[in-house]
Amino acid sequence: MLRRVLPLIVFIALGVLMLVGIRISADRNPDALPTPLLNQPAPGFSLPELHQPERTVSSEELAGTPYLLNVWGSWCPSCRIEHPVVTRLAQSGKLRVIGYNYKDERDDALRWLGQFGDPYEMIVVDEDGRTAIDWGIYGAPETFLVDADGIIRFKLVGPLSDDIIEKDILPRLGMPQGKEATP
Amino acid sequence: MIPELGQVALILALLVAILQFALPLWGAQRGNAALMAVARPAAYAQLSLVLLAFVLLSVAFARQDFSVLYVANNSNSLLPMHYRITAVWGAHEGSLLLWALVLSLWTGAVARFSRSLPPEVISRVLAVLGLVAIGFISFMLFTSNPFERLLPAAVEGRDLNPLLQDPGFIIHPPMIYMGYVGFSVAFAFAIASMLDGRMDRAWVRWSRPWTNVAWAFQTLGIVLGSWWAYYELGWGGWWFWDPVENGSFMPWLVGTALLHSQAVTEKRGSFRNWTLLLAIAAFSLSLLGTFIVRSGVLTSVHSFAADPARGVFILVFLAIIVGGSLLLYALRTPPANDGKPFAPLSRETLLMINNLLFSAAAAMVLIGTLAPLLFEALNLGRISVGPPFFGLQFGILMAPVVLLMPFGPFTRWQREYANRYLPLLRFALTAAVLALVLAWLLGDAFTLKSYAGVGLSIWIIAGTLRYAWQRLKSTASLNGETAGMLLAHLGLGVFVAGVLLVESLGVERDVALAPGASSEINGYRFEFQGVERVQGPNYRADRGDLRVFDGDREIARLHPEKRAYASGGQIMTEAAIDPALHRDLYVALGERLDARGDGATVETNSWSLRVYVKPFVRLIWLGGLLMMVGGFVAAADRRFRRPRAERPEEPAEAA
Repeated sequence: MLRRVLPLIVFIALGVLMLVGIRISADRNPDALPTPLLNQPAPGFSLPELHQPERTVSSEELAGTPYLLNVWGSWCPSCRIEHPVVTRLAQSGKLRVIGYNYKDERDDALRWLGQFGDPYEMIVVDEDGRTAIDWGIYGAPETFLVDADGIIRFKLVGPLSDDIIEKDILPRLGMPQGKEATP
Repeated sequence: MIPELGQVALILALLVAILQFALPLWGAQRGNAALMAVARPAAYAQLSLVLLAFVLLSVAFARQDFSVLYVANNSNSLLPMHYRITAVWGAHEGSLLLWALVLSLWTGAVARFSRSLPPEVISRVLAVLGLVAIGFISFMLFTSNPFERLLPAAVEGRDLNPLLQDPGFIIHPPMIYMGYVGFSVAFAFAIASMLDGRMDRAWVRWSRPWTNVAWAFQTLGIVLGSWWAYYELGWGGWWFWDPVENGSFMPWLVGTALLHSQAVTEKRGSFRNWTLLLAIAAFSLSLLGTFIVRSGVLTSVHSFAADPARGVFILVFLAIIVGGSLLLYALRTPPANDGKPFAPLSRETLLMINNLLFSAAAAMVLIGTLAPLLFEALNLGRISVGPPFFGLQFGILMAPVVLLMPFGPFTRWQREYANRYLPLLRFALTAAVLALVLAWLLGDAFTLKSYAGVGLSIWIIAGTLRYAWQRLKSTASLNGETAGMLLAHLGLGVFVAGVLLVESLGVERDVALAPGASSEINGYRFEFQGVERVQGPNYRADRGDLRVFDGDREIARLHPEKRAYASGGQIMTEAAIDPALHRDLYVALGERLDARGDGATVETNSWSLRVYVKPFVRLIWLGGLLMMVGGFVAAADRRFRRPRAERPEEPAEAA
């Protein structure tokens, strides 16, 4: 008897997993996943720059103007998907875009940028992922919006899209919604 | 007006599908011939209506009707006509319509080519296919309507995703859907036989050619997808173990097991329940593949927009179709298999091993694909399961398949004696050893993996040819089933060589070159001529120019491009490839290099280029195509057609 019912049991288990998956993917909606750091000062960091490894970038250096911290890695397929969006945003000049190269090899990261383009004003490197713990980063892509006072105003887990930039990021900057990004 | 007509056609198709499901099924249970007779006309009506809807959506694309939301999102006035038509299946809603169309084509074909089947069987089969159609058409109408209006109309469309503006994409989705959906026929036959309660060998024989054709299409679809990813993604890889690729691969693996299991059940009566279960599993995994692509539960390069409402709908649909059929399986299967007994060394045993290995491989892919989701669900953090996991596991599971495959055809049903393998061993092992010696003498930079590729491939090919020769000697002709099997087995041999050789000998190099400079890679000299700006119909491109020399002889001129599409500003890499059977030369254009100073950047004339030399990569797809041909040839076996062709009015003999 068990042998005949087993496939059904396996399928029910799979179904439950799928249902949970749907719940989680619904929760990936950025507004529903507040980081504990939301509206808190961004954690300080001091990390090497990708192109100039001898140079160290600290969080104080970035203060003064708002910036978008975009966590990526050459190992992350979804980063490829969001990369054109990031590039467009950086080129529009509406916001400084800082790259955060997460748990990556330097050579791979440079090669990836060679392939897909480097829109970032600068890229900080967190090779062992230790600073990421302070920021609550647990994967890539993730994106943080930090305002001029160094407060985290928005956090996104998953790939950026033009929609999210228009609806969630630019408004928090107090900037008018651009027309050219939505056809 | 046209979109509304399409909408009406879809609604009517849904109503017809409901009739096609309910009336014949009820009729078959009650033995009512009039109700059962509804099945066929309903199948044809559904085909006409879905086809009409599909044509109308294509017309909306051809005429650039940007008042249709789906057209506005996936087309653009600059888009060339052939891509406007293929844009119909370029995103979620339209590919569902294509799915529904392919389903109704299969349904129509079953209705047309199964006149000789007993009416209860055919009405149940068409009813089950009708139920699947209900699910897909209502999914479209309720959550993803391709005909939704956009009022006021957009002035300009957003354009088709540039990745999909490619000839490979024109044919890849229809083929993969032919495969996915084709497994619904074997599924429907399995359900019909369980409802019928007879579950004899007849249903297996009827469904075998359909399974073969579906499997062949699925093979073709996967080959095309792999080829498309190879040249279009610009990464030089041919398989990524991406969730969506896995989604199409799992039904293929189970389908492969099903083909072999059906052969046993039809000829010997063994493995009956197992065959039923595989038929259910192959189609369930097809639906699961659809679920993975559509629901956004797993992120992937292929994913369309995530929408939880759609996910829930598909899940409910899966629960009804798969849960229902597995429940039926639990309730209706006989307790014991009653096929003819067989000895430990027999064709049955070998096919059982084949079945176990392919099913285990499918289960492994399923687990690997869902593991990230499971970890997230259990709050264990996020993991990613990458190619190393899949590659290793899959290699381990497939190694015995490759080693045992040549024995299969030689082995007789019921009982075999080990000493009868001597001719095979003598011939195939000699051939493999000779090939290894040749490889050692001629091969350059061969690793253990490359030798394994050569040895295993020749082992399969020689063993398979040895069997063909033996058969031809004794009977002077091969039937379609045997010929198809041999072709598919040869295809696997060719495929194995391609995979292991390209994995072990492939070279990947990133170089920065200024015009006039050159770089020597694997004996080929790549001379960079420079980059020019070119204008395409809906994009601008930087077009590189490289001359490739072998010694002093120019053997190829390559033009890799980087395209910026007008509509979205998306940058696409178009790799340039010089293909040949023994190697591909593959170049992708990177970025113009900047000389970085302190804060200031200066553009130089140098470009970064990624160059691959890929020995024997074509064998991968050639092997796949051979397998596909094998599938079609086996399906065309006269044995499957004879009762129909010669005595169209009589019911088929019960095997």
